[in-house]
Amino acid sequence: MNRKSIAVAIGATACAAVPWIITNDYFVNLASQILIYALLALSLNLLLGYGGMVSLGHAAFLGLTGYSTILLVLAGHDQLTTAILSVVFSTACGALFGVLALRASGIGFLMITLALGQIVWGIAYRANELTGGDNGLTLPARPVPFGIDINSASNFYHFTLIVFAIALFCIWRMTRSPFGAALCGTRDQPRRMSMLGHNVWMIQWLTFVIASFWGSISGLLYIYYNLFMSPHAISLQQSAEALLMAILGGATTLSGPIVGAVIITIVKNVVSTYIERWNILLGLIFVIVIMFMPNGLVPGCRQLWQSIQSRRKAPAPETKSASEPAP
Amino acid sequence: MQWQFWIVQTLNSVSFGGLLFLLSSGFSLAFGLMRIPNLAHGAFFMLGAYFGATVVYFGGDFWLAALAAGVGVGIVGIALERFILRPLAGNVQGQVLVTLGISFIIADVCLLVWTGDPWTVPAPPAMRRPLLVAGFAFPTYRLVVVVIALVAAVALYFLMERTRLGAMIRAGVDDMEMARGVGIPVSLLFTVVFLLGAVLAGAAGAFGGPILNAYPGLDADMLPLALIVVILGGAGSLLGAFVGSFIVGFLYNFGIALFPDLAYFILFLPMLLVLVFMPQGLFGRAAP
Amino acid sequence: MAMHRRKVLKGIAASGASLAVLKAPYVQAQAAPMRVGFLTVKTGPLASGGLQMEQGLLTYLKDRNNMLGGRTVELTTADTTGNPAVCRTKMQELVERFNVSCVLGPLAAFEALAIDDYIRSSRTPTLAVAGAEDLTQRKPNAWFTRPGATSAQPSHAVADFAAKDLKLKRVATIADDFAFGHENVAGFQRTFEDAGGKVIQKLWTPLNAPDYGTYISQLKPDLDGIYTGHAGSNGLKIMRQLSEYGLKGKLKVVGGFTPIDESLLQQIGDDGLGAHTGNWYSAELDFPENKKFVELMRRDYKVDPGVYAASTYLFGEVLDAAVKAVGGKVEDKEAFQKAIRAVKLQNSVRGPMHFDEFGNVVGNIYIRRVDKVGTKYVNAVVKTYPNVSQFWTYNKDEFLKNPVYSRDNPPARYLER
Repeated sequence: MNRKSIAVAIGATACAAVPWIITNDYFVNLASQILIYALLALSLNLLLGYGGMVSLGHAAFLGLTGYSTILLVLAGHDQLTTAILSVVFSTACGALFGVLALRASGIGFLMITLALGQIVWGIAYRANELTGGDNGLTLPARPVPFGIDINSASNFYHFTLIVFAIALFCIWRMTRSPFGAALCGTRDQPRRMSMLGHNVWMIQWLTFVIASFWGSISGLLYIYYNLFMSPHAISLQQSAEALLMAILGGATTLSGPIVGAVIITIVKNVVSTYIERWNILLGLIFVIVIMFMPNGLVPGCRQLWQSIQSRRKAPAPETKSASEPAP
Repeated sequence: MQWQFWIVQTLNSVSFGGLLFLLSSGFSLAFGLMRIPNLAHGAFFMLGAYFGATVVYFGGDFWLAALAAGVGVGIVGIALERFILRPLAGNVQGQVLVTLGISFIIADVCLLVWTGDPWTVPAPPAMRRPLLVAGFAFPTYRLVVVVIALVAAVALYFLMERTRLGAMIRAGVDDMEMARGVGIPVSLLFTVVFLLGAVLAGAAGAFGGPILNAYPGLDADMLPLALIVVILGGAGSLLGAFVGSFIVGFLYNFGIALFPDLAYFILFLPMLLVLVFMPQGLFGRAAP
Repeated sequence: MAMHRRKVLKGIAASGASLAVLKAPYVQAQAAPMRVGFLTVKTGPLASGGLQMEQGLLTYLKDRNNMLGGRTVELTTADTTGNPAVCRTKMQELVERFNVSCVLGPLAAFEALAIDDYIRSSRTPTLAVAGAEDLTQRKPNAWFTRPGATSAQPSHAVADFAAKDLKLKRVATIADDFAFGHENVAGFQRTFEDAGGKVIQKLWTPLNAPDYGTYISQLKPDLDGIYTGHAGSNGLKIMRQLSEYGLKGKLKVVGGFTPIDESLLQQIGDDGLGAHTGNWYSAELDFPENKKFVELMRRDYKVDPGVYAASTYLFGEVLDAAVKAVGGKVEDKEAFQKAIRAVKLQNSVRGPMHFDEFGNVVGNIYIRRVDKVGTKYVNAVVKTYPNVSQFWTYNKDEFLKNPVYSRDNPPARYLER
């Protein structure tokens, strides 16, 4: 075993042990929420960090999955069928959104995703008979996967952690695959990729679909956790928050969005109990982090670490460490 | 439908369009020249409304209030550009994060200073009474807003087309590298344009105050409108911002009146269609 | 005075002490403090009402030396930001982390609905501002109590007044396009039409609509009056714009309990003169309890209290009575909850009040008219409907058989195209 896999094993054990380390249900639930938002940010980051496409409508997938899950359960379907159908439905919407959004690039892409997200939000708000409007809908109960009750805080946390770990592994494999390399290529050198015979549009569209899929999975976890869906969950603010998580942590890295999700969720839910002006604090965090670490926290800290290391080893030469290579 | 309906809604559309032009012209210039998506622009507008309300509250004249709002927000804008955005040139994600962070801070400071209750910016008394035309009433001040917007449009037109500064800005929007090559002080230009955008947003906030009031959340209500105008009109084009503003004004007012069920996405649907079929916007130049 | 946990914490953080000593400094000798959780909105667009809720509660606690029914209060305030998911997290924090005996709030209906199942499963006595009709009607929650009013409770009364006293016949309604607005207007429409009036036009303004000009321009020309159910700062916007479009004086304006709130009244000013609204509260109420409350609010915050501040002040009065009734033993949740529901006050800030079997208040509804007294605008009480329940004068069982009030329920029979 090399050092990296030992580190991964220790990290995984620590994550799994969270409910025994912090025994208060509230914090265990908070950890579950962090994982859910981290997965949302991770899925968004496939577009943002690896594909160079800034999307402002990603929370739509929380809503599409959440509403369809509730409506299907209320219509009498069992939880497994419901979960599959709603993720398929939400991902299919993502496939359609991708076709529309990829008509443009840059700010145009951003605005199309923003418009699509707002249209989903508007329908959720306005279609009272179906969605309950701003009163929202309630999911009667959490599912019982393989006969295991996930109603307690620690069981739900483990359920979420397993799903999250699978997702993380898949996303990691994808970014290390030839497809991932091609995706980064379309971000950095779209014209060259095109000349090399890659179908740039197809690569970007598939990424959009995959991002929608993992966004939908986080939507599934979201609705299981909250048992409640209302238009607030898919507002522009929620989409922007997922984007901020990814950028804050560092969009060019795998772990960046997770770090961003941890910080933003904790500031919003825990720090706000003690600091009334937590919005100012959050804004300051954004500004200060980007001032000193323009690529986000994870790349910034890594750079800092490298420069400390190299200074210790070889004090003489100027340490202008190369910027973070694309993953 | 009665003929009054069409006349009043047309006036509503024009006055709302005028307000949108004041809001979005600065945003469009800064975005077109510097490629900075300034997501704090809505917060600038809100700050301008609060500044204006405060000046009037302490007995100041309405026009003085608009001036003060422009200057006050201009100072905030220049600080933001010089100290924070400048080092982030080319880092779009960083700019998105920072400008959103600044808008969080501005919104929370506004809540702290001006509380959660709404503040009005009363228009000059003579403009507060409705204007009676052929039996129907229309708020006088809304017509004044149209005049203000037209004056601003003409002034900006002269600035852009007839002055050296304007020529430099247009050159920068067209081709930044070339502009730099022929010796245009691009750095100074950026500051000037960003300042201009902030001043316009601040003054727009004060001018919008009598119609919209200043309240927490005004920033989030206005920012998407500015984005839509710029997308429809195309970034960096004054004509685009002008035409885009009035298109949005008409779409919004007639759309809501004729299709009330679509009220929630009456603006996003047309924007989506324009982007899907004309990704450069109606008057935009090709994106770099 | 250690009534505010946040202040305590700030002090402790400054002195560098650990969190462990948090409980120590202000504990009274006789018993541990009673822990009270407070869900309110302190940031974002709904902050106006949320901050007033905080003012009302702090005013009550300060006046009573931070005691409720003989027990010292340790208050934990949580900012829900007006978002259901955050509200749920904060509710869990209050219950699981701070072990509160009861929760005050939340403000918005969708927040209350988001924590409905959690209130039930954690069995937490909750006193709410949120209107959400069904929580005390078709889906009653045994742990949920509402001392203020349902969304439509005051609307019934003002509809009766509009039809019988103002003799309005043809009315348009305009309100925010969300559940509170829908329920608020539905109650008005039902009673107004039962009393012989006709609602001939219903307009809904989206919450994020910056301007109402386009809506006001759609109003039919031959109306007697207009009913507004706008909430928050939108009340100011609608009153001002009605006047700007020349409708002041032409149309009688009537409204629910939110559009001409005391917190907006001075800003609305002349534009509101003569408008009638129905509310369970007015800063002008002539009860000794209320006079004291208004005086305290003027002293500490330089404002007249509105309905949000009055809500939480009333919560204080209700809790005080309930804690007394259980002899301070609030840790016995069942008994405490039972005592809350059994509270019957003759002299509360809103006058006499008690709860019905669903935990919703039965109390007076006041019809208020905007008057100018000197340089100040007030909501003068012109009529009192005594002991109004959420079912108005309707038969309870029949009421509950109908679907819950909504955008299109009950259907409007007299709409004109």
